Amino acid sequence: MTTATQIVDGPVDSGGFRLSQLIYDSRYRSYTIQVIAMVLFMVAVGWLVDNVIDNFRDLGKEFSFGFLFQPASYDINQTLIDYNSQSPHWRAAVVGILNTLLIAVLGCILATFLGVAIGVARLSKNWLIAKLMTIYIEGFRNVPVLLWILLFSTAFSALLPSPRQTEPMLAGFLTATNRGFYVPATIWSEGAGLLAILFLVSLVAAWIFGRWATARQEATGEILPIFRIRLAIIFLPVLALFFLLGSPMTLDFPELKGFNYQGGLYIRSSFMALWLALSLYTAAFIAENVRAGIQAISKGQTEAAYSLGLPPKRTMNLVILPQALRIIIPPLISQYLNLTKNSSLAIAVGYMDVTGTLGGITLNQTGKEMECLILLMGFYLTISLLISGVMNLYNNAVSLKER
Amino acid sequence: MSDTDSETQVFRPDDQIGGMSLAYVSTQTIPASHSPVSTSGPIAWMREKMFSSVSDTIVSLISLAVIILVVTSLMSWLVTNSVWTAGSLAECREIDTGGCFAVIVVRFSQFMFGFYPSELYWRPILAFALMFVAAAPLLHDTLPRKMLFFSAAYPLLAYWLLWGGSVWGIALFVGALVLTFVIWQLLKGFNMAIAAIVAGLFLVLWFMFAQGSVTSFIDNTIGFVGLESVESSKFGGFLLTFVIGVTGIVASLPIGIMLALGRKSNLPILKALCVGFIEFIRGVPLITLLFVASTLLNYFLPPGTSFDIILRVLIMVTLFASAYMAEVIRGGLAALPRGQYEAADALGLTYWQATQKIVLPQALKISIPGIVNTFIGLFKDTTLVSIIGLLDPIGIMQPIRSDSNWNGIVWELYLFVGLIFFITCFTMSRYSMYFERKLDTGHRS
Repeated sequence: MTTATQIVDGPVDSGGFRLSQLIYDSRYRSYTIQVIAMVLFMVAVGWLVDNVIDNFRDLGKEFSFGFLFQPASYDINQTLIDYNSQSPHWRAAVVGILNTLLIAVLGCILATFLGVAIGVARLSKNWLIAKLMTIYIEGFRNVPVLLWILLFSTAFSALLPSPRQTEPMLAGFLTATNRGFYVPATIWSEGAGLLAILFLVSLVAAWIFGRWATARQEATGEILPIFRIRLAIIFLPVLALFFLLGSPMTLDFPELKGFNYQGGLYIRSSFMALWLALSLYTAAFIAENVRAGIQAISKGQTEAAYSLGLPPKRTMNLVILPQALRIIIPPLISQYLNLTKNSSLAIAVGYMDVTGTLGGITLNQTGKEMECLILLMGFYLTISLLISGVMNLYNNAVSLKER
Repeated sequence: MSDTDSETQVFRPDDQIGGMSLAYVSTQTIPASHSPVSTSGPIAWMREKMFSSVSDTIVSLISLAVIILVVTSLMSWLVTNSVWTAGSLAECREIDTGGCFAVIVVRFSQFMFGFYPSELYWRPILAFALMFVAAAPLLHDTLPRKMLFFSAAYPLLAYWLLWGGSVWGIALFVGALVLTFVIWQLLKGFNMAIAAIVAGLFLVLWFMFAQGSVTSFIDNTIGFVGLESVESSKFGGFLLTFVIGVTGIVASLPIGIMLALGRKSNLPILKALCVGFIEFIRGVPLITLLFVASTLLNYFLPPGTSFDIILRVLIMVTLFASAYMAEVIRGGLAALPRGQYEAADALGLTYWQATQKIVLPQALKISIPGIVNTFIGLFKDTTLVSIIGLLDPIGIMQPIRSDSNWNGIVWELYLFVGLIFFITCFTMSRYSMYFERKLDTGHRS
């Protein structure tokens, strides 16, 4: 081969730069590849954009977000902010976003509680409990979440009685009808602000007490029942003030009037179905993460803690959990992400989340598929990147510092 | 064990120690007696595992009561009072009070095949059976490696079986692939880059301009030989689930490998493109991508082109799966010990040689459980296509429920569809766990 001298990695001694070095010289080859990749990418994007422009011209459409400021002229059955059919499309989208966030946050909370409880129960010494939890986990994990959502939705509408035949349950605190669920609404009267302020002050006080108790333990070795004292600090003053002010809070119970219940807080069955189905489904995955996290901590850790004389509870709190959480939390956060993305299945049961408003009715009414989907994907992408950003921060904070 | 044996051998009854005979020596070992009932056997097991303390007992009794209640009430609905042969829901209710599973029997073929022509059912069934043959050498490394040729040919075979069409088209397709390979081989010695470009260009041009017209020309001159064509719109039920799931996973594998390699490469622009694509796809819900397939994808293609919704869904599902696949394979690449990369470099292998001969074979094997898990996820996610109006098992419930004969039937349908999903996904997840254990041979890092 006459080109043998060109293949070497080092500087080429004879002559200056040759064109073939772009392919054969590893110093330049990476640039060649990247430039080619960039050009191909640009060409592909250009081709796609060009097609879009052609198609839009042929159909007489134009790319603009002006439709967001036109009246939406459709109603949304659950709104957290003021909204009526004359409100603009962007407001409908915001209503949808808030509904998505509501279901996502509530779903994450319930899923975490259930998942942790089930994951721990699966490791129970009680064979029956462990097996029941395994059945729960495998049952929920291996059936599509859409099926669960539809199943819950159908169950609520088909199995629950109509409002006229419904008896309130739990001393009137829950009324389950086939039109939805009613719980008492809280009505705050004068003095409620004072209560809220006192509550915040108590929280701060509890935090300060915790710091002080830890410092004291470091200094004297005496252990205080921190948890119970904290509970007392947080709740006792608030309760005392509550009665001093003559209970400034009343409960508005739902009542049957005509064919339907009035008053109270009305929770739509679509919301309930979506919330329960997503939470139960995600809880099965979280339970597996929790179990894996706890099992990953070697038995020697427990034994070492016992031999140091730590009681089981403190062993769990001070030795096992801090180590297990490092393993549990990253997959937990990606489960939160999954739950948030799965909440877009709300469209199947008619819960008006952002996919239902912006990606559903607004899209169909205005025919602005491109703009709506860009906004919709942008929203989900922002949420995902925020959550994974938080996860990276956490991972950096808890990662083992190797020296 | 061996200790006691040696002792009994030393002391024989007629052994004389110092002229004195021993008063008593056992001539045989005493058989081990059973341990006390309280420490072994079912009762002890129950005591230890279910009734070890007061709280334990209470919890066990409550769960037993719940289990008995659920099982007995389900039994009457599911087994003793259920109806399996009837023409309508009203008939079912006349016969018995339990579940009306007659609807499953009557509509079974729709659940499985959608509206696929019933006289051609053998084709999807054959494709389904062959799928296992094709997947076997990938999942069991003890099988002969030659079977991989069948695995490679399977996608084409399955496509032909499911959609039908002229055998000439398939033959030409294979011919074009072979020709591309020949061009590559011939030009490779001259210059790799030129060879790749020419071979790629040939393949693209062939499909854009020649494939269709040459096929119809042969069909007209020699005559049509092949299987009756079936339109995509006839696909439904679990057939559709499998078509979307399997196509998604198979097509996403090469793309996923490329994305994973790109993400790990040290070329910043290439890396940025791959990371951007992966994070974008993983950041949005599948349903928005399906909306893109149903409403938007045609805008990105030259005016006038349009292809059917199933193909569009397949494209989006493939893109979706490839991002997840890329992450799985990246995990496999990261799990490979650094020494392997360094050894490849030390041998003087080029990047592609090292990747092809050392890195990928090991990384892919480590990734198999992850790939199976991705497949399970994708398989469940295919139900989302019912939201954009395709007749997958959930979508096909709608026409059944709106049929006047079966109006009002719900639970039996959910139960059936859920059960099939459960069986498939559970089996696959068990397999992936088994494979993980097999791979976990202890020597890591």
